[in-house]
Amino acid sequence: MALFKVFLACGAYSFGGGVVAYLRDYLIEGSNMLDDDEFLASLEISETIPGLISVNMAVVVGDTLRGIPGAAVAVAGMMIPGTTLVMTLGILWQAQGHAYPAVSHFLLGVAAAAVGLLTVTFIHIGKKQLTQLPDAIIVVLTFLATGIFRFPLWAIFLTIAPLSIWLYRPMPHRMKKHEGEHLPFHRGARHHLLRH
Amino acid sequence: MNPRRLFHLSAVFTMLGLLAFGGGTAVLPEMQYVTVHTYKWLTDPQFRSIYSLGQISPGPNMLMVLLIGYRLSGAAGAIAVGLAFFIPDCVIALLANRLWAHFHDTPWQRAVQRGLAPIAIGLMVSGTWAIARLSIINAFTLAEAVMVFAILMWRHVNPAVLVIVGGLAYALLGPH
Repeated sequence: MALFKVFLACGAYSFGGGVVAYLRDYLIEGSNMLDDDEFLASLEISETIPGLISVNMAVVVGDTLRGIPGAAVAVAGMMIPGTTLVMTLGILWQAQGHAYPAVSHFLLGVAAAAVGLLTVTFIHIGKKQLTQLPDAIIVVLTFLATGIFRFPLWAIFLTIAPLSIWLYRPMPHRMKKHEGEHLPFHRGARHHLLRH
Repeated sequence: MNPRRLFHLSAVFTMLGLLAFGGGTAVLPEMQYVTVHTYKWLTDPQFRSIYSLGQISPGPNMLMVLLIGYRLSGAAGAIAVGLAFFIPDCVIALLANRLWAHFHDTPWQRAVQRGLAPIAIGLMVSGTWAIARLSIINAFTLAEAVMVFAILMWRHVNPAVLVIVGGLAYALLGPH
């Protein structure tokens, strides 16, 4: 029940993203359910697999603390507030929105502002990938292929992704050299996702 | 309610969920392409409005997928898309959590993690680009995006506030 409440609160207060930062506050400082290391380990799993990081976190933390029922309860808590609001807004928009041009203009302004937010987000998350080779080349290739040339996503996972993994294939001389810096995203107390 | 369309919606959103490396933004271009161009379920402005509705709601932004389902097939569509998009990823997360101890810190696990990281960033850039193409349509929207970028880059402000202000500013002051 405490688990449900924590995730419900995160699902309700995390407007505009930043779910992970809220989770950290509630799980570590608010309730002592996890310590820092457990939290970061959960975050690492959630970042590596497909899916939304926030939902993955709910599954991983819920499962770690209370097994499958815990995961189900955490996911439900995380999704209920947003689902309620997005469906309410969506039903109103679909029924009435077109009668009021101001609604369309408001939503256009929201999307334009979101572009600024999304740009800041990928710069923060990708600081390392955008500033070192060969990562930066892979970022640009992926962007050109999906953003400009509109290749389907599965094609990326059959071409650029295996190439990129192959570039980082295990090699004996690299094991020592790169010890301790193998994590893909900046990690630690100043992790980008821990910002509100 | 059309069972074939529900099946179709479920198949498309299962695929989108499974390819969402790097979170929701990473699959936005594919989602837009498939729903607008391939199947012509939505127009570009409708896709943009649905994205914005997700953006002003709390929790994961990708709850917007529910509205795509709702628009096409009503409540059944919303439920089908929601299950298709989220449940397979939840199962993967559960398995990953159980099996993580076996893979963790093995050389190939590191290689996969390290190799997929720049792909995820590239996909996020594409997601940003996809929303930019739909929403930066005049000098006013460009100015809004640049201002939000500048503020968030150098100040600690709740992004939700900026996004709402951006919407209100366009509704009140923008060129119509």
